[in-house]
Formats: sequence, C-alpha cells, structure tokens
Amino acid sequence: MSTAMPETIPYDEALNLFEPVFGLEVHVEMGTNSKMFCSCPTAFGGEPNTQVCPVCLGLPGSMPVVNRTAVESTIRIGLALNCTIAEWCRFARKNYFYPDMPKDYQISQYDEPLCSNGYLDVTVATVEGPKVVRVEIERVHMEEDTGKLTHAGGATGRIHGADYSLVDYNRAGIPLIEIVTKPVAGAGHLVADVAKAYVAELRDLMRALGVSDVRMEEGSLRCDVNLSLNKPGSPMGTRSETKNVNSLRSVERAVRSEVERQSALLTAGGRVVQETRHFHEDIGRSTSGRSKEQAEDYRYFPEPDLVPIAPSPAWIDELRSTLPELPSAKRSRLEAEWGITPFELATVVNAGALDLVEETIEAGVESAAARKWWTGELLRTANDQGIELADLPVTPAHIARVEALVADGSLNDKLARQVFEGVIAGEGDVDEVITSRGLAVVSDDAALLAAIDEALVAQPDVAEKIRSGKVQAAGAIVGAVMKSTRGQADAAKVRALLLDRLGVTEA
Amino acid sequence: MTIMGSDLTRQTAAVLAEAIRTGEASAAEVTQAHLDRISSVDERVHAFLHVDTEAALESARSVDTKRSSGEVLGPLAGVPLALKDVLTMRGVPTTCGSRMLENWRPPYDSSVVERLRAADIVILGKTNMDEFAMGSSTEHSAYGPSHNPWDLERIPGGSGGGSAAALAAFEAPLAIGTDTGGSIRQPAAVTGTVGVKPTYGGVPRYGLVALASSLDQAGPCARTVMDTALLHSIIAGYDPRDSTSINAPVPDVVAAAAKADVRGMRIGIVTELNGEGYQAGVAQRFRESLAILEHLGAEIIEVGCPSFEYALGAYYLILPSEASSNLARFDGMRYGLRVGDDGSHSVEQVMSLTREAGFGAEVKRRIMLGTYALSSGYYDAYYGSAQKVRTLIMRDFASAFESVDVLVSPTAPTTAFKIGEKIDDPLAMYLNDIATIPVNLAGNAAMSLPVGLAPEDGLPVGFQIMAPPMADDRLYLVGAALESALYDQWGHLLIEEAPAL
Ligand SMILES: [Zn+2]
Repeated sequence: MSTAMPETIPYDEALNLFEPVFGLEVHVEMGTNSKMFCSCPTAFGGEPNTQVCPVCLGLPGSMPVVNRTAVESTIRIGLALNCTIAEWCRFARKNYFYPDMPKDYQISQYDEPLCSNGYLDVTVATVEGPKVVRVEIERVHMEEDTGKLTHAGGATGRIHGADYSLVDYNRAGIPLIEIVTKPVAGAGHLVADVAKAYVAELRDLMRALGVSDVRMEEGSLRCDVNLSLNKPGSPMGTRSETKNVNSLRSVERAVRSEVERQSALLTAGGRVVQETRHFHEDIGRSTSGRSKEQAEDYRYFPEPDLVPIAPSPAWIDELRSTLPELPSAKRSRLEAEWGITPFELATVVNAGALDLVEETIEAGVESAAARKWWTGELLRTANDQGIELADLPVTPAHIARVEALVADGSLNDKLARQVFEGVIAGEGDVDEVITSRGLAVVSDDAALLAAIDEALVAQPDVAEKIRSGKVQAAGAIVGAVMKSTRGQADAAKVRALLLDRLGVTEA
Repeated sequence: MTIMGSDLTRQTAAVLAEAIRTGEASAAEVTQAHLDRISSVDERVHAFLHVDTEAALESARSVDTKRSSGEVLGPLAGVPLALKDVLTMRGVPTTCGSRMLENWRPPYDSSVVERLRAADIVILGKTNMDEFAMGSSTEHSAYGPSHNPWDLERIPGGSGGGSAAALAAFEAPLAIGTDTGGSIRQPAAVTGTVGVKPTYGGVPRYGLVALASSLDQAGPCARTVMDTALLHSIIAGYDPRDSTSINAPVPDVVAAAAKADVRGMRIGIVTELNGEGYQAGVAQRFRESLAILEHLGAEIIEVGCPSFEYALGAYYLILPSEASSNLARFDGMRYGLRVGDDGSHSVEQVMSLTREAGFGAEVKRRIMLGTYALSSGYYDAYYGSAQKVRTLIMRDFASAFESVDVLVSPTAPTTAFKIGEKIDDPLAMYLNDIATIPVNLAGNAAMSLPVGLAPEDGLPVGFQIMAPPMADDRLYLVGAALESALYDQWGHLLIEEAPAL
C-alpha cells in the first residue's frame, strides 16, 4: 500500500463510490429498582462496592434468581418492537476472563433470545422531505452488566500500562437489554442519519415504555456500530465493529468516520480488517482494537443455575395491554391535534419537551404559547444550568397560571419572564413571586396618566409632533412611560391613553 | 432406655436427640464427647479440615439453655454434625479441599447451614473432600487424604470421604455430603454408612460451591436409615434463592423410614448395572440383599436401561464443561489465593499464575476437558451429544419406573481400595461412579446403605436404591426394611464391626 494514500475520503464522496451496510447493537440499562439476579439496589452514584452481595460479587456458592420486572420490561420492549416473543428460552453463560466480571462469565442469552424478528420505523429528514426507513430487529435479550474498572497511572487510561486498577462492582449485575438490528442496507448517503435516528427512536421508546430513563451521560445507553462498505452490485464487505459509542452525536460521527476511513482503505486497494475499534468521544474518531480474526471463543452454554423462561400467552397479552402510545404514533397524533408541522414538532421533541408541552396544553394553554415557553426561554435556562427541562422547578401549572394572567392583562410578556425567573430561583409559586417582586401590571388609569403627563413635559417636541398628527412618534412617549413604570404597564393601554390625552386618533 | 455411662459417640442421632430432650444428657456433654473423640482419632483418620470447638460448644450450650427454659426442641436439636467443606458457613473457613480457598471465610451461610442452625444441630466443623469435589477417594484434597476407619491404609471414598469417615470413626453421628456423580453414596458404601442423594432440587444449593450445577445435590449422611431420614427432612424443601429448587412438599421420609415395609413393592434390577465388573463379594452381598427383600414381600423384576452404557461418557463431558465455567471465578482478583502480584506481572499473568498454583492436577484436567468440550466447533459433538444422552437416560428411568417402584444396584464396583492404588489412573478412578452417575444425570433420588462385608477382604459393601424424582420416601421404605432385616440377622449394625481406632 502506498504511504501517500489519504487516510480518509470525505463522507459524501465516499458514498458516491460505495454502498454502506450498518448494524447496531444497543445496550440499555433497565430502570429496575434491583439488579438482574439479586436484590441489590441499582441507584447510580453510590460509594464504590456498597451495592453488592454474594450473588452480584459472584462469591462461591451464590446463585442467581431472575428479576421478574426485568423479564416483563424485555417482553414489553419486544412487543413495542413488533417482535416474536419466545414461548420458551434460556439464559446462557458467556465465558471470558476479565477483572470486571465477578464470575468470569456473564449471564446473557445466546441462541434463545426472549424476543426476535421485529422492526422499528424511523423518520429521517431529507431535501425531499421526511423519509421513513424500516430498521429490522434481529433480537432483544437481557443480560447482566459488568463492574466498572478505573485504571490509575499510565498514559492511556487503559488497563495496559496502568500502575494499578480499581474495580467497583456496584454496576455488576445491573440488568441490561441488548437490542440487535439485522444488517441495514440501502441507506446510501443517509446512513449516518438513519443510524442516529434509530438510536433516538429507541431512546424515546424506552422512555415511553418506562423501562429506562436512558441517561446517556451516565452511560445507561451504549452502542456498538457495525459497518461495511461494498461497491454497488458487489456482496457485502468486511465489517468493523466500533465500540464505546455512547451518545446520539457519537453514533452519527462513528458511522461517518468509519465510512470515510474504510472508503479510503478500499479505494487505495487495501482491505478492511474484521476488528473491534474503540470510539473516542473527544476526537470523534475510532482507533483499532483487538482483531476479530483471533476472535475470543466465549464457550456459550445454557446457564444451569437458572430455569427456562416460558412466558404464557396470557401474561404476554397482559403485558401488551400495558403498552403506552408509542412515540411515532404519538407524534402523528400531536402534529394533527396541535396543527403543527413535523419540523415544529421535532423542535419540541429535540428539546425533550414533548410531555411538558402536552401537559401544559392539557392545563388550558394554547399550543403556540406552550411551545414558545418550553422551547424558548425555559430551554435556554435549562441549557445554561446544564439540566434537563423536566428538572426545572417550572411546571405546566405555572405556565397555565402565567398565561391566564397575561390574558386578563395582569401580566405582560416581560413580567412573565420575571415571574419564571423567580420560580426558578426558588422564590415560590407564580402568585408568590408576583407579590414578593411587586410584578403586577399598572392598570390604574390615574397613575398612568400622571406618568404620561410627566413624559410629555419632558419631551415637548415629541408631544408637538404627535398633536400635529405624526402618530408614529407616540412610541417614544410610550417607551418613556414603560420605563418609568419599570415595565409594569400594558404598552397598548398606555398608547391608547396617550392618544386620547392629546386628542388624536390612529391613522 | 438409658445411655448414661455408655459412650455417647456410639449412639444414633435419634437416641442422642431423645436423651437431650429428656435431660438424660446435655447437648454440651454430647458435643464434648464428640470433640474428644475427634481429638483422639482424627490425627489418623483426617476426616476434618477444620474443627470449630468453641462455636460448637457454644451452640450446644444454647440448646441446653433453650431446653431448661422450657422451649420445645426439634427432632435433632443438640446433635453434632460434620459439614462437608463445600458448603459456606459465615466466618468459618470454606476451602473446598483446595489451596485456592485456603484462607477464605465466606460472609454468608448456605441454605443448608441456615436450616441446620434453625434446627439447633451442632456443627462440629468442616470435613475433607477431593478438591472442588472432583474425585472418588479424597486423594485429590490439597490437604492430604482422609483414611477409611475400617482400614486406615484405604480410601474412605470421595469426594465426600471426610464426612463418611467422620461417621464411621464415630466422630459425628450426622454429616452433610454433596453428590455430583456419587460423592455421597460411594463414600457411604466403602465406609459402611448410609448416604442419600435427594432428588435434584430437593435440597437448595444456595451456598454449595458449585462443581457441576446441573448435577450437584447436597444430602444427608448418617449411620442409620432413620437418622438419615431425620436429617433429610430438616435440610430439604424449597428455597427461592435457588431457582432450580423444587417448590413442592417434601416427601415424608421420616414416616417412610419408620414404616420400613416393602410388601407388594416392585423392585427392579437394572440389567446394565448387574453384569460384569463387580468384585465377587460385592456381587454376593447384593444378591443376598435381593433375596432378603424378596423374602420381605417385594417382587424382584429385571429391567433394561440401555442408555446407561453411555452415562459415564456423557457425565465426563457435562461435568467438566460446567466445572470449567463454575471454577473460572477463582482468578485471584477478589478472594482466595493470589500469586504473582509483585508489580512485575499483568492482570492476565496474575490470573494464570494463581490458577497454576491454586488448582491441583485433577481440577486442571477437568477444566481443560470442559473448556475443550464447550469450544466452538466441538460443542455439538461433545456437550450437545452428552445432553442428548442425558435425555435418553431420563427416558430409560421413566420407562423403568412404569413397571417398578424403585431400582437397585450395588453402589460401587469394589470395596475400598488402597490409598495410592488408582491415583495415576484417572479412568480407573472414574469407573468407581459407574453405578451412581445415571441418577445424577436424570435428577432422581438414590440411597446407599451397608449390606455386609465382602468375604474376600472384610470391607463394607453398599447397596444402592434409586427412586423417581420427588419419591425420595421410597428409598427409606426399602432402605429401612433391609437395614432392619440385616440388623435382626447380625444382632447389631454393621458399623459396630468396624475395628477400634
Ligand atoms: Zn447483589
């Protein structure tokens, strides 16, 4: 191979030359209260090795017991993903040695997943408008998470070269759902968008089902991205597997960077090595890891410490009846009900404001006003504070109250912002903030007329212009009155009073 | 009946419990007598790896306190017991006969230990065993072999040789064993004691350090069928911490042992376990026992179990496969032995050095066999085929139990062999379990009880009874009837003929 060969070919150029095929393995931590095979709590952030017991530490003699809620969650996910639910299936042991694995095997599922053969439709934006792509699901199964290693010393933060390593088994045994797609071909230039949209749709689905809150910053959703390229008309190429892809943005970047890297290799006459690559969030690229050509043999066999799972049709029907409205159906409904475009709805969804806006509308607020508050002022505040919208102290009821006060003229837009500022600062509810900050609109005509007179005296030339019919000059006087009332007046009312005072009418 | 003035260690558990209940003897006296016996003979027998003198006396005294305060005591309260060192007991060393766990003290009690404690049974200590229960002689214990009280030059069977030797040496009237391929029954056979492998799932495995999870079963051991039944009824029953434990009422084994009646029962001889390969005296005592059972009113029928021929082969694929995975956790990272952690070795190297140093040759042999049998490309041929054989063996049992109530065979092909005789011949060692293994593969219940001495060597012979799953009571009906007839014939239990130590 030439040493002068380019390391990458730009994404769009690469996809003019090659057809991509991708597959995703997504691991999601389930939001159960206890672990997959013991009763230890799953709460995030505990002191290391405080949420452990003989079972999740894999102590000699301990035995696993399946968490029923985790099985239910998996079946519900399978149903939402249009999967077949197995009539009978088993757990399997995946054997390999690693210090974050208490038993040196992971209890997982192998050739008998609980759910298989489903699909998820995702929508991506194109220049010709939204396009629906069906992503086929190979399998959904459950397994246990490993502990968490921290490598001290050494330059890379990896186990090799570290001075010593610490291991926290609080995470060991937390239930994971693994959702594996079938190979997705034909996405062309949209491949990165489809991959990202699929993960986003899965995340929304998990949240809607209530099986996981999917906190990506806590590592509760992790992806492995498989990607290969082939010349049009040729069979599927050799794939790489990129691990450690842990955010929506990274999914997109991992696909893009792998398209760019593989296309350069293939164009230069090289070949793609079947390998595991590690994605680095900081640089947005992956580096080569272990080669799959010396793949580990996990020696899977049925877990003899557990009995098979055989969900009855009645139980499955019962779980099916608990499925909520799914995100895609909900989006179509809301577009119609709120009379908005898919793009406008996407703004709400991307802000994480869908439920909040819906509740606000249910509390009696107009759709436009509800969306305006949540995706505008409040979103900015949440972003500034680095928190989720839902974690702000502002509630749909607060917005409904403020909007009611605006409608009856007690508040204006500027005062309303100050009310929310007070609520967020913990000064109380809407009415308490208005009282303590003295934020009522000045509606006393005598007080407003006094302020108007004062402004007219201060700006006699403007007063003269208005009297002579130049009504557009009124703005200067209205502005002065608003200023002297510290914004607590209704500008339209001030204008009306001013014109009446000067005996002129609107042109 | 009075036991005052007699040797407390020669009594049955039932008699001791009665004496403690009536106040004829205190639990502390009974325990002390056994501790004294251990002090005087265990240097030669080496049944125990750890004797918990203080804890044993303390729990005995608490039984005496309960009695004096008027509490109703359980059927075995205050009776001492020897616990196989493969079951966890909080704070007490649990080595599994391995260097790997030399200093490991588990932070939790196994289900069996919880139940023993709840029944006020006094746990004297932990007994020797082949490393991680792999063996038929205790010669694979990292702490040296136990010796057969009938002849100290001979093996006491294995893997639970320590528990059986403790019973035969009158160091304890009760013991707990575990049986993966015969580790309760074969030691019982060669020491002239009684041992039962309950139905798989009958006694919870929580806290039993796993050898082969789908085969392992803890069970009761004693010198009489009734004592075994009393212990059985205490440790058996559902435990939600073991998903494979059976959630159903425990068969009434104590009533069955008391009834001791085989009239009208159909007893099957398994053609495949009745052929060649048995020592002459073993075959002779087996035939005599059949005659006794027939005389007692049972009908003897021969039944074929053609798949038993493949049981040993299937067993030595399934057991090593599961063991290779179960024993992976012994890697020096979290507990037990750690070798090579001197700053110059990587994690992988420390794991390898630890496993190299911590496991004995037999354990390594089986881990390698199992790793091979599970590896990709060989799985179907080895592990997969073995599972099919297992299904066929279950079918053989099921069809046999359509025409008979229990099946019987000699427990082991020979009497106790000499220490060192088979240690270099793993296949000869594995053949010891030829008659006991089918039961483990099928999950049935089985008992071994002593039926005499082989004329050629004067060593005990064991008789095996096999029952369908959850029909453990049938073992006791037949076992107690046979034991009683033999007692009448000899005027004493066989164990009384063991030489003084
Ligand atoms: Zn736990």
